[in-house]
Amino acid sequence: MALAKRIIPCLDVDAGRVVKGVNFVGIRDAGDPVEIAKRYNQQGADEITFLDITASHEGRDTTVEMVERIAGEVFIPLTVGGGIRSCDDIRTMLNAGADKVSINTAAVTDPEFVREATERFGSQCIVVAIDAKRVSAEDEAPRWEIFTHGGRRPTGLDAVEWARKMVEYGAGELLLTSMDRDGTKAGFDLGVTRAISDAVSVPVIASGGVGNLAHLVEGVTRGGADAVLAASIFHFGEYSIPEAKHFMAEHGIEMRL
Amino acid sequence: MTIAVIDYGMGNLHSVAKALEHVTQENVIITRDARCIRGATRLVLPGQGAIRDCMGELERSQVKGLVQELLAEADKPLLGICVGQQMLLDESEENGGVACLGHLPGRVRRFPADMHDAQGERLKVPHMGWNRVDQHHEHPLWAGIESGERFYFVHSYYVDAAEDDTVFGTTDYGSVKAHVAIGRGPVFAVQFHPEKSASAGLRLLENFVTWEP
Repeated sequence: MALAKRIIPCLDVDAGRVVKGVNFVGIRDAGDPVEIAKRYNQQGADEITFLDITASHEGRDTTVEMVERIAGEVFIPLTVGGGIRSCDDIRTMLNAGADKVSINTAAVTDPEFVREATERFGSQCIVVAIDAKRVSAEDEAPRWEIFTHGGRRPTGLDAVEWARKMVEYGAGELLLTSMDRDGTKAGFDLGVTRAISDAVSVPVIASGGVGNLAHLVEGVTRGGADAVLAASIFHFGEYSIPEAKHFMAEHGIEMRL
Repeated sequence: MTIAVIDYGMGNLHSVAKALEHVTQENVIITRDARCIRGATRLVLPGQGAIRDCMGELERSQVKGLVQELLAEADKPLLGICVGQQMLLDESEENGGVACLGHLPGRVRRFPADMHDAQGERLKVPHMGWNRVDQHHEHPLWAGIESGERFYFVHSYYVDAAEDDTVFGTTDYGSVKAHVAIGRGPVFAVQFHPEKSASAGLRLLENFVTWEP
């Protein structure tokens, strides 16, 4: 009867190629994002997120072409993140066929940019990415802070306060990554996921740390997430999207099967 | 044979155009040119963002009068999507109250702030993601699509149509039964995004491009 929780595979893209390996551990160039996106779409992924990790301008143009090609063939929502710093960047990605853009560092350096972007393009296409790290000691009340530059640079901003502020500024959705858990396969940081999900009115996507299907279930049932994002468990073929969806559905979660 | 996606400056029209191109050989154009719109065989009225901005831009781009004329003439199929659906009603609660096109009787309302699901979790607004659409009346645009099929939504306001015979699909979210597919004559309008709803959405678009009301 209800809205389904979403599974979102995430692809890291450098100069128009998926990196980090898909199915073949250790192979850096893992293939054509269009083919991979089509495969995830056929498997029933609810959305696809691309993280553009390209540094050069030429590489960025290649990414734009890639988004255009995918948008011509994959008819589920596409989010593009990484290096979105201006309204021009947003317009370029939306015109190429992205449905949403995810803003990370630029939101921290200039929160007004989020307001400007949501006023211009609508909240529905502005996702704010939040990279949070636990800063409290074990015996203290839990507290998380925002970090930038891949978790290396602390900002002094409280993650829950920051999430509230970004929603006030118009963010339509939050992509929450735990820097402590990212890449560990130890599961989501359920504490920060729950704290932020309870603090805001908009959907929260949990990310960082998924190692098995039970983690996806916990992200929703204990973390209160509306969507779960994962990369390696799907890329390396440990689990397929239908397996993940059925597992979640068997645990009482509403899914699009 | 041309399908015109009406461009009045709001939202991302490329997804809609690309999905239409995927299901038809006909010419798909994104345009605000009155001659092109009038000359098209079918029209798509999209819309994203705040309704005040959508109505404002529709007026500013001088397309509003033309759309009203074409709706009154009722001789070509028109598909409204998202805010393009909401604009067809009398008025919307959004932005402190906005008068809309008044083509179909009813209002656009905001989801209540404090809705919970069966597990007691608070329901988020916007209503974002894949939800079921129950077919309320039969319609050619539902051909090959099962009642209860999921489509992709993203919206904070929903249509509450005044006349039951204009309602073709409903979706439950919390305590609300939203009228997510409405229509009359050659007009059909949906709250969800068929262009982002995988095979079910493409089927609806295919039904639209072959529809002869």
